[in-house]
Amino acid sequence: MATMREIRTRIRSIRNIEKITRAMKLVAAARLRRAQERVLAARPYAEIMQRMMRNLAQGGQGLQHPLLEVREEENIALLVLSADRGLCGSYNTNLLRHATRFLDDYESDRVRLLIRGRKAEQFFQRRRTAVEDAQAMGSGADLVFADVQPVARRLRELFETRRVDAVYVNYQRFFNPIHQEPTTLKLLPLETPAGAEEAAELRDSQETIFEPSAEALLASLLPRYVDTQVYRAVAEAIASEHGARMTSMSAATENAGEMIETLTRTFNRARQSAITTEISEIVTGAEALK
Amino acid sequence: MSDVERTLSLEVVTPDRIVLSETAEYVRAPGALGSFGVLYGHAAFLTELITGELNYRSPDGRPHAVAVSGGFLQVLENRITVLADSAERREEIDVARAAAAAERARAARSLGPSGAQLLELDADLERALNRLRIAAPEDE
Repeated sequence: MATMREIRTRIRSIRNIEKITRAMKLVAAARLRRAQERVLAARPYAEIMQRMMRNLAQGGQGLQHPLLEVREEENIALLVLSADRGLCGSYNTNLLRHATRFLDDYESDRVRLLIRGRKAEQFFQRRRTAVEDAQAMGSGADLVFADVQPVARRLRELFETRRVDAVYVNYQRFFNPIHQEPTTLKLLPLETPAGAEEAAELRDSQETIFEPSAEALLASLLPRYVDTQVYRAVAEAIASEHGARMTSMSAATENAGEMIETLTRTFNRARQSAITTEISEIVTGAEALK
Repeated sequence: MSDVERTLSLEVVTPDRIVLSETAEYVRAPGALGSFGVLYGHAAFLTELITGELNYRSPDGRPHAVAVSGGFLQVLENRITVLADSAERREEIDVARAAAAAERARAARSLGPSGAQLLELDADLERALNRLRIAAPEDE
């Protein structure tokens, strides 16, 4: 059995850990709120854009654009969105397991790997997988659309110049603070946005005037659509990360509390028995003097 | 029909947020082929926008200005939807930040970049100047 001093040291260190996990939980909760708002705020834009594309598809005769071109999947690009740090439960582990499983289907020399998030970077470095570009994810506290545009542009260029024939994104899709799921998003080629039943939705299909032309509009709309998809994935990944961190830090804080309770009980018992021993020693000593 | 119903609904949305959602009598926007106005009963219309100033007049007659850059405007059944890369109402513009951005773009430009980089810097500069132009109190 541990000595009283040992138990006391242990309680003290757990109490310190508890302070840290509680602080991390609070920070994550605050960031989560903002990240969640961002995910929601990104929705109207994406929806309106889809509506416009449908409208265009209906007006223009047959959509044609390099970003829509379906080719045999010879080479691909994959963007992996992980966190920079751990202490967020199985967030990174699950995501990276998902990514490796995805990559199993492709020979490594046919994949261009792009990474946001230090954890994924370290992971692929350890596995000696060639990484084309890796950057930190950042806390995401002030993420804006313009921040994701460079990587989105890069992915578009890879596809348009035919260096890759498809582009995928692996990220943790955000459902709610305690539920996120590793997801593969097929970014390119873009799925043609217009289905027959959706076109009917635009009732009484009045002739829309396109300026300068449906083709020209499509040419500037599609790249932006790709960018918004990337933005949404990043926004969701950040919300998922903070959700996962909040949940796991909350559990850690609870565990620490329980541990402190158990240890305190052990400590009290030890103290009690120490006192008992002491008293009986004194009593025995006193008896002996009689 | 009564006058009340002869208004347009105007919505300006960016990837980050809904900038405004209001009713308007008249909207003027910087189209790719030139500035244009929209009144009640406009035909269905979809166009590209350039960096510039979007104006609208609310039903009470007050004029408003919004700095927009890049995006699209759709008119459909008296609903105007603007999708912009970025947009701020005149009141929201952070003048200090825009001035700093303009300064940065100018400085980077003077280093003699080329190609895509130059185009990007030009666009940055244009956006910053646009904000400053709109934020500056105009003598009306």
